[in-house]
Amino acid sequence: MDARTLQHNKPFSVKQFFFQWEWLLVVILIIVNVMNTNLSPYYWNFESIRDATMSFLDKAFIVLPMVLVMILGDIDISVASTVALSSVIMADLYHRGVPMELAIVICLIVGTVCGLVNGLLIVKFKELSSVIVTLATMIIYRGIAYMILEDQAKGQFPEWFSFFGWEYVGGVPFILIAFAFFAVIYSLLLHKTTFGRRIYAIGNNSTASRFSGVQVDKIKVIVFALAGLMAAVTAVFLTSRMGSTRPNVATGYELDVIAMVVLGGISTAGGKGRMIGAILAVFLIGLLSYGLGLVNVPAQMLLIIVGLLLIFAVMIPKLNRAKLRKP
Amino acid sequence: MKKLLSTCLTAVLTLSMLAGCGSNNGAAPASGSKPADSTAKPADSGAKSKHAIIFKNTGNPYGEKQMEGFKNAITELGGEAILKAPDQPTAEAQIKMIEELISQKVSSIAIAANDPDALQPALKKAMNAGIKVLSLDSAVNAQSRLVHVNQADPERIGRVQVQAISEMIGGKGEIVVLSATSQATNQNTWIEWMKKELTDPKYKDIKLVKVAYGDDLRDKSVSEAEALLKSYPDLKGIIAPTTVGIAAAGKVLTDKGLKGKVQLTGLGLPSEMAQYIESGVSQWMYLWNPVDVGYLAGYTADALVKGTITGKVGDKFKAGRLGDKQIIADGSGTQIMLGDPFKFDAKNIGEWKKVY
Repeated sequence: MDARTLQHNKPFSVKQFFFQWEWLLVVILIIVNVMNTNLSPYYWNFESIRDATMSFLDKAFIVLPMVLVMILGDIDISVASTVALSSVIMADLYHRGVPMELAIVICLIVGTVCGLVNGLLIVKFKELSSVIVTLATMIIYRGIAYMILEDQAKGQFPEWFSFFGWEYVGGVPFILIAFAFFAVIYSLLLHKTTFGRRIYAIGNNSTASRFSGVQVDKIKVIVFALAGLMAAVTAVFLTSRMGSTRPNVATGYELDVIAMVVLGGISTAGGKGRMIGAILAVFLIGLLSYGLGLVNVPAQMLLIIVGLLLIFAVMIPKLNRAKLRKP
Repeated sequence: MKKLLSTCLTAVLTLSMLAGCGSNNGAAPASGSKPADSTAKPADSGAKSKHAIIFKNTGNPYGEKQMEGFKNAITELGGEAILKAPDQPTAEAQIKMIEELISQKVSSIAIAANDPDALQPALKKAMNAGIKVLSLDSAVNAQSRLVHVNQADPERIGRVQVQAISEMIGGKGEIVVLSATSQATNQNTWIEWMKKELTDPKYKDIKLVKVAYGDDLRDKSVSEAEALLKSYPDLKGIIAPTTVGIAAAGKVLTDKGLKGKVQLTGLGLPSEMAQYIESGVSQWMYLWNPVDVGYLAGYTADALVKGTITGKVGDKFKAGRLGDKQIIADGSGTQIMLGDPFKFDAKNIGEWKKVY
């Protein structure tokens, strides 16, 4: 067992173990793969699936910290704007003569600062919910991005920069390796450290945590800063993939990310959920959308299917809990 | 017991949902799997080739017509057309679709781009995989395509609109241009040609006082149009070379009762502009036929795949009912022109408003 909930001293039960959202995700993932293989003769081959991961993994970097944010019981809808702002600043600096390596570092710093600002505002103005604060910064960050580039696109990066979005290392896309790396780090952070356990505690009851000596504000600021940092990582990969950037880049990413987190079984009320669920959800939505794309299903159809899955994901824990209450 | 029940329920729901989306696509893969066997041997000249078109986004009537024209052409040629459009008008979504098409081993991809440069790596990957890439309507940069299918000659579009407004206002007075975004490549080229046309001495009494940008957003275009009318009380004419802008200007002129006092022309969709053309707020306007743009792209794609043309200047081919077409230079790349813009007035708007 792990720190999924605070009550983890219950005896291990095989039934309980298998009746979990994460297992259901695995089952759905298998069904999706079988379905896709049957639908399209082009789906089930190494190269297709390998290259498909390059298309959907960029936003997956933000899914990882978003899991932490949502277990805290908060939400961050400014992440897509942070992607745009850090990407635009990186491109603009490069065009002003800053070396690309330095521009990337600054991009990561900009993202972190955006996240820090979110976190500080949220802990300073406790009467405001994180939705409201990040809604405001979402507009502000995107606005600054527009002020910098106006309506222009900036491209023509050095040749090596396309490495992040398009290259392979030992036959595996670099973006997949990078995602695996971060996924392990974040899983360990959430499930194996005191920091992670405190995130669950805050999500379950922030007042009680505060009285037990948990530095709630500090943890929140760190988590939001991590979200900003990972948004900047996304900015690097996305910009590299597109070879150019513009202020409206990554539009709608925040909703995709939140959808993946919710589908991953992370409670919107906070305090519940596991990293592995969100990671499975990333691949589930990614491969589902790729498979449907291969048979040229209209884009709206995918939205409907993901919507249904989401309702389903929110519904299951409710069923589960109602059942547990009765002896 | 309850647990078991809800587990079963969950499983059934999942399966039915996925089965549901599976059966919905039943038709698409059925037709997709058949030529798949034949395209496995691309050397076979008798193979039914697959041609894909990617428009900017879904739910755009103009785009639907373009894709319809493309499909008509491909069907005439005996190929299979794949029509795709992302739900958001972004380059990111189009890159994903290009990847899907590369995996499907299509013969050609025609794209109306959401960004001229951002698709370059993806389209280059497609070309390296042996897929013929062309753009239509909204171009990608010259390195990302073999040829661009252009709606109409930009020079003619620019010049014709100035000639029209001059005729409407009697060759005298202040005019403005209400465009899309300041970065729209199409619009800016047309505006350049308008300015060149205006240097002709016969327009010496016409003064272009401002170029405003409504960003192709309806509310912004409306407020820009209102602001123009306030800033230039003597304004005689508005040229709006964008479908959103001209409809917004038509609405403002109608609401303010300025019909006949301020003239309006530009490029508009017949279905949106019919009411203003019938009421006389705009006497006439221009556009090309999007069905024909798609149709021409379909024949171009086929000619590229068959090797009739390679995308070089001077290449010639026959584009079905549109007749003979020739590839001409376009900056550092090449393009094919559909022809002159088409004039819509009170006489023909009635029949066209039903088309698009």
